[in-house]
Amino acid sequence: MKKKVLSLMLVSAMAASLFAGCGSDSSSQTEGESVDTSSELTWKIGGIGPTTGSAAQYGQGVMNAIQLAVDEVNEAGGINGYQISFNFQDDEADQQKSVNAYNTLKDWGMQILEGTVTSGACTAVAAETYNDRIFQLTPSASSTDVTSGHDNTFQVCFSDPNQGTVSADYISENNLATKIGVIYDSSDPYSTGVYQNFATEAANVGLEIVATEAFTSDNKTDFSTQLQKCKDAGADLLFLPFYYQEGSVVLTQANQMGYEPTMFGVDGFDGLLGVENFDVKLAEGVYLLTPFAADAEDEATQSFVSKYEEQFGGTPNQFAADAYDGIYILKAALESTDLTPEASNEEICDALIAAIQEVSYDGLTGNSMTWSDAGEVSKDPKAVIIQDGGYVSVE
Amino acid sequence: MGFLTYLINGLSLGSVYAIIALGYTMVYGIAKMLNFAHGDVIMIGSYLVFIGMSNIGGEQTGVMQVVKVVVCLAVSMIICAILGMVIEKVAYKPLRKATNLAVLITAIGVSYFLQNIALLIFGSNAVSFTSIISWQGISLAGGALKITGNAIVTIIVCIIIMVALMLFVQHTKPGQAMRAVSEDRDAAVLMGINVNATISLTFIIGSGLAAIAGALLCSSYPALTPYTGSMPGIKAFTAAVFGGIGSIPGALIGGLLLGIIEILAKAYISSQLADAIVFAVLIIVLLVKPTGILGKQIKEKV
Repeated sequence: MKKKVLSLMLVSAMAASLFAGCGSDSSSQTEGESVDTSSELTWKIGGIGPTTGSAAQYGQGVMNAIQLAVDEVNEAGGINGYQISFNFQDDEADQQKSVNAYNTLKDWGMQILEGTVTSGACTAVAAETYNDRIFQLTPSASSTDVTSGHDNTFQVCFSDPNQGTVSADYISENNLATKIGVIYDSSDPYSTGVYQNFATEAANVGLEIVATEAFTSDNKTDFSTQLQKCKDAGADLLFLPFYYQEGSVVLTQANQMGYEPTMFGVDGFDGLLGVENFDVKLAEGVYLLTPFAADAEDEATQSFVSKYEEQFGGTPNQFAADAYDGIYILKAALESTDLTPEASNEEICDALIAAIQEVSYDGLTGNSMTWSDAGEVSKDPKAVIIQDGGYVSVE
Repeated sequence: MGFLTYLINGLSLGSVYAIIALGYTMVYGIAKMLNFAHGDVIMIGSYLVFIGMSNIGGEQTGVMQVVKVVVCLAVSMIICAILGMVIEKVAYKPLRKATNLAVLITAIGVSYFLQNIALLIFGSNAVSFTSIISWQGISLAGGALKITGNAIVTIIVCIIIMVALMLFVQHTKPGQAMRAVSEDRDAAVLMGINVNATISLTFIIGSGLAAIAGALLCSSYPALTPYTGSMPGIKAFTAAVFGGIGSIPGALIGGLLLGIIEILAKAYISSQLADAIVFAVLIIVLLVKPTGILGKQIKEKV
């Protein structure tokens, strides 16, 4: 009898855990959904990104910013006279979950995908959209794997080669350092891609890389050895092409060691100041390369930032800005065609592939952005430095 | 100087592995099962300390800071000990007569259960764990050799725990009962030892130590997520097997060696290959000595 009671308890515990999983799933879905319930014909634009998990700040920024842009466009009369309905799914920056999210969106009837947010997941989804002929514009997945071989995928953000190259140029032009240490995530295509191009360009412009260290996703909590090796090699600048969560650990451990080189991150460092309980003082003086600075004084940026802050709280990061631009880029491209939402995925996809290459768009993340048939954008980066707990543009 | 720094970092990492490995090795030695949920108890313990540290009475300095840390740790240890006991009662005790495989699967189930619960409560965003050790450490040789406070405290705590546990097992009644159950459970019953209580006690001690291990782990490597416990858990299990599972000094030696090998491999061979090297060493040791470094060769009587 006793055994039976216990096994019943076990069963109920397991059932509870099952429901627990469901609970978190559905809550993250309803969070992102703003499905237009009216039966009117609308443009169905899907979005995918991590709204939970280690890169959650990116996904949330992207989701909020797309929502903001969609609301604005709808208010102004939509695209070619049709409203947009928008559906955003969480993928926790995981390839498998991202493809699941994509299938959910396909069942919903998605015609255009603005996503996904992270490179690894985006590469997996790009293979699917390529097969299904769904046009894909990623706000922030910067790996060349996303676009190479897929004629239907385009990027709003810089590609990794571009980021690595521009970073090396920037460091050399501004004489930030003579000896450079690099730590990168060898299990992540984004990080590895940026690093490789940085190394190539660094050799071209005569920067000396004195230490190159790696870590993997299974081993990303202890950087003391990598930091020590960079320190021993005399690196006075650390190039850190990875995401903010590991970034916060690296900064904390460097501080514990008493190692104070110039820290130079790329767009993945955006979000550093939002890590819970992270001592933002440690981030003082960190450089990061980003196409967007929330403190920029042009009218478009000011208006975007104030609307975003009002609606969602918190300062939008560059991922949000990329995503916001994304909707307007799609709008510009769609308006140069005479398509309506009645068109099939294939028709929309083919028309947009041709149209986006004709577009020249002035947005938050750059002026006169243009696209090549390779899917990469051409625009100028900006460097920002963290000062007094905020991002400040460096001239 | 570089070598010494790596060695101390390795000792500090190894000490954390050793404390976690204790939980695996004691449970294996006494209940003959692998408690894969142990890594997740560490995670729960870390969250409890984190919550305590960030919610109780603002910034303290000096003695008050130490008192606060001790209180948070004690509360976390008690809750983890209760959690460990409950896990044992609910998930493992009913299966004591079942096959080893059934218990193993249950343990994996409990591990996922704890992870999902933590995801639900704490969310999947990492929190930056503020070190419970505010001491900055010492600088030797004019700053060339800097030993962090975290490393020193971790190593000292590990040694204290090991010595205390050895004394407990060798010189107290409950310790004697543990050794008896470990040697022969059925004979222990015949000698009037309460086997259930002894196994519960093992889980209580192991889980209480997990709370300390969690706090030390997150102090040195400050990103806390619901998955924080799983990789160190696997490494510590490796350390327990390496040192000889079931043996307390084996857990210490296994943990320390694993930590040192990992850090030195990262420093002198390749930071890309560190994990592969650690596990390659494990395979070689097990090929040469299948019971681990201090494992006992138990002869089966036919």
